[in-house]
Amino acid sequence: MSDSLIRASGLSVHFPIGSGLFAKQLLKAVDNVSLEIEKGSFFGLVGESGSGKTTLGRALLNAVPISAGTAHYDDGEVAYDLQELDGAELKDYRTRAQLIFQDPYAALSPRMTVRDIIAEPLEVMGLTKGRAETDERVREIAARCRLNLEHLRRFPHAFSGGQRQRISIARALVSGPKFVVADESVAALDVSIQADVLNLLKQLQDELGLTFMFISHDLSVVAHTCDHVAVMYLGRLIETAPTRKLFEAPRHPYTKALFSAIPSLDPDDDKTAQKLAGEIPSPTDQPPGCKFQTRCPHAIDICKAQEPVLATEDGHDVACHRWKELMELVPA
Amino acid sequence: MTPLIEVDNLTLQFRTDEGLITAVEDVSFTLMKGEVMGLVGESGSGKSVTAKALMHLNARNAIYSPESRITLHTDTGPVDVLSLRTPRELNVVRGGAISMIFQEPMASFAPAISIGKQMVEQLLLHSDMSKATAKSVSIEMLDRVGISDAARRFDQYAFELSGGMRQRAMIAMALSTNPTLLIADEPTTALDVTIQAQVIDLMKDLVSEFGMGIIFITHDLGVVAQTADRVNVMYLGRLVEEGPVREVIRNPRHPYTQGLIAALPKLEDLDAPLTPVPGDIPSPLERPSGCVFNTRCSQVVGEECRALVPASCRLDEMHSVACHIYREAAE
Repeated sequence: MSDSLIRASGLSVHFPIGSGLFAKQLLKAVDNVSLEIEKGSFFGLVGESGSGKTTLGRALLNAVPISAGTAHYDDGEVAYDLQELDGAELKDYRTRAQLIFQDPYAALSPRMTVRDIIAEPLEVMGLTKGRAETDERVREIAARCRLNLEHLRRFPHAFSGGQRQRISIARALVSGPKFVVADESVAALDVSIQADVLNLLKQLQDELGLTFMFISHDLSVVAHTCDHVAVMYLGRLIETAPTRKLFEAPRHPYTKALFSAIPSLDPDDDKTAQKLAGEIPSPTDQPPGCKFQTRCPHAIDICKAQEPVLATEDGHDVACHRWKELMELVPA
Repeated sequence: MTPLIEVDNLTLQFRTDEGLITAVEDVSFTLMKGEVMGLVGESGSGKSVTAKALMHLNARNAIYSPESRITLHTDTGPVDVLSLRTPRELNVVRGGAISMIFQEPMASFAPAISIGKQMVEQLLLHSDMSKATAKSVSIEMLDRVGISDAARRFDQYAFELSGGMRQRAMIAMALSTNPTLLIADEPTTALDVTIQAQVIDLMKDLVSEFGMGIIFITHDLGVVAQTADRVNVMYLGRLVEEGPVREVIRNPRHPYTQGLIAALPKLEDLDAPLTPVPGDIPSPLERPSGCVFNTRCSQVVGEECRALVPASCRLDEMHSVACHIYREAAE
């Protein structure tokens, strides 16, 4: 008996580049990722742009083809192997796994009323028997997302960013999913509204028993909402741990650098110690050995020759050759 | 200290199909030479519109109220920015004394012209340099902002550079005309945190090296805390609080500033609940009467909040706030 909802092992998503007979180059967006998401958890996935976090989220939703490895979904009612879903299974999986998009301005059709936007998934998937039942479901989920009946008759342009994001959330949740991927769902919102949407997501998780994968580049948001965090770099998972452990004692040099790069609210806090040089390499032109060695201040010969594997210690996984000696050298 | 730019009673409306929209209302501030001012606010607070007004860059449907005045102090004397009309006159504020860095560096460079050519073009427009000097100045600037192999980058196009590199090139371009005022509109928002940290460091170095005044527009209070000397907080087109950055962040006085800081997730205390500012930002067509923040404020003191626009009260020499709570203190 396992209590994980999603279990991925050696998951890879590769895209061929160019077209024609001789297109040989592969873009390894996600490479050999293994992870487990427990039922009812709020799983955070952080990384810079180009790290593959969005692609990984989509692979788990079966929205991009999985090139290698396995991903297993088990919610207690049904179990699927995501890399080999057939038509009927895929249709059912779509009702169980949903995505909340980043930009609430682009995600909602301006020509549909809010009621129609929220009802569309039910109609497309044929989940309700008639208009009355559809309306009932729409009203119920809208109320949970703090939208009132008056709102349902209006068009998206009449709403502010925070309200639009609540509409997107209602649309994602109307089919009654168990697993929800929230891809940068608060990144486009103002800070004063952001906290409100985060609180709503937590509340819905509680009430509806959802499991979230929360993709974000904002570490402080992740620290406050997630109970488990995975850090990605160039398609690899380089560190994963319960939130508290990760933020108290990050092990990977990249995670440490990410933390120290967050601008502090204290004007006198001058932390320049761990600034990273350079930028994330192109996924088509990956360095040998550890993917982070081109920017790592602690890289030595072994880092350039051999790629470190994710190793667990005290429920905290890290992929770095030198993390132990570095923890002693430079305490976090 | 001598003032660099003075903004007095700036009120700016846009004529749209749906009616007149007030974007900026009665905003006054002064920026001293060599000072870094953070302009903070949410989307729709009027911070970008204010900055664009300084360069007279707002669209044709913008209406400035008759009391609005923007005075730029140049070496040749004060310039009344809003009275400038012809492109020739406007050259002073557009790329001459004032340069601007935009949020999206990819959209700010012409895609089909090399970086170098664009840098040289503006130098030829704004100075009497020869083409050869302009080229060497440009390459030197690229080198200054930390672009390696500057001579080769000079001939490259925007798409060939990475995001951080593009933003550096944008900064190099803005600084090459030697402006006295630099306006940076969300210059790090589109960048990843590690790159953002590099760009913030670079901007700090350049400030101490060139000594120009900077208006740093951002919604990120952390970025402001790390870069600015002084901060102005805007909400729905009004300046609600202004003061030294340490004062405003450690001891915010306006309920909106307090709410904004409380809403930030903090890394030091993971257990602290996230407290949003209640409600949503009103639509610009439904501007609240009285204090613009009264619809979301948790500290409304009475009817005056809905009826009267609060005047700016000076709490001490540098720190002032526009809120009825502090009215008695000021009297």
